[in-house]
Amino acid sequence: MARITAGVGSSHVPLLGVAHDQGKERDDYFGPIFAGYDWTREWEKQEKPDVVILVYNDHASAFDMKFIPTFAIGCGERYAPADEGWGPRKVPDVIGHPDLAWHIAQSLILDEFDMTIINEMDVDHGLTVPLSMMFGKCEAWPTTVIPLAVNVVTYPPPSGKRCWALGEAIARAVESFPQDLNVQIWGTGGMSHQLQGARAGLINPEWDNRFLDLLEANDDAVRHIPHIEYLRETGSEGIEMVMWLIMRGALGQRVKTLHRHYHVPCSNTAIGHIVLVPS
Amino acid sequence: MTHTDIHAYLAEFEDIPGTRVFTAKRARQGYHLNQFAMSLMKPENRERFKADERAYLDEWAISEEAKLAVLARDYNALLDMGGNIYFLSKLFSTDGIAFAEAVSTMTNMSWPEYRQMMLDGGRSPEGVRSIREGR
Repeated sequence: MARITAGVGSSHVPLLGVAHDQGKERDDYFGPIFAGYDWTREWEKQEKPDVVILVYNDHASAFDMKFIPTFAIGCGERYAPADEGWGPRKVPDVIGHPDLAWHIAQSLILDEFDMTIINEMDVDHGLTVPLSMMFGKCEAWPTTVIPLAVNVVTYPPPSGKRCWALGEAIARAVESFPQDLNVQIWGTGGMSHQLQGARAGLINPEWDNRFLDLLEANDDAVRHIPHIEYLRETGSEGIEMVMWLIMRGALGQRVKTLHRHYHVPCSNTAIGHIVLVPS
Repeated sequence: MTHTDIHAYLAEFEDIPGTRVFTAKRARQGYHLNQFAMSLMKPENRERFKADERAYLDEWAISEEAKLAVLARDYNALLDMGGNIYFLSKLFSTDGIAFAEAVSTMTNMSWPEYRQMMLDGGRSPEGVRSIREGR
């Protein structure tokens, strides 16, 4: 049987991809950020996941204003890195897991989550930056990936409660897949950042760390944070953190923290990273 | 299932200083502006835009006011007209400037001042959470 063995939370700032691709991971600016991922890179080498369900948002790359799916699951064979204006990142194509992805899509719909199904798309920094952070430079990514795209751009995004419940439903779907697979689920985006208007540059380390504390807690209090609180406390783009709740919801009520990292700044953004396992 | 009052939900967004939440109203208002920006994802469109910005803009169903704001790179004005930052970022990349530098132009700071603020830990949420409550 397939099982979810761990959850990973991470920011996905595009500048991290640039730093990685240009060999700046250990310079004065990026060194302290990447140092917080060294532990995870070693751990992933031991864990060797077969599949990562990677929860992220597209930043006007694969999706424009024509179609705005709230929750969309990638059921395709492979995905190329998107050209976000400077040419695509020179990282490997992302290989899908259509068997498990279609199984999850069908299960979720029967479980009353009416998913959008994607067979072809390019994937932007929201998906490829976390892969670089967790696996470093590689000829081929060491895992297959099921992209799970969430609308956090056009309001309203899904509520924290709904994201948590989707995570729970994903866990049920994975557990009913007959093949023996080691599956991780990653929630990406955040932490505090605002990229627009006179309030741009907002960073709230106290709130971000309280959010990480709530993710570590053995209850589901974090799912009840309303959108307005993310917006007021963590900036307009801090809303991306609702995507971490899909990861957290998939792990069940009780978790153990294996690793945690926080750093300010990376460009306009606070970097947060956490590794949790069900307990 | 608790019911959320959509009017109260949307009204709260107007209480956050210096912020335009990308609501359905803004998404409708800025539809063609954002799709114009999206078109700059393609290298051939970037070339045509750079060769004659005004002519390229005239191919789109966007207001004269919005066209002038694009030409002036007035990002706050573009946000007011329904522009979304992830779409407008295609314009920053066409101009070859860093995301953070473009963002700094929406604040009352110069780019070096903004960059220094970020290095010093960013903008504090103190006093910019709520207009009504002044906190």
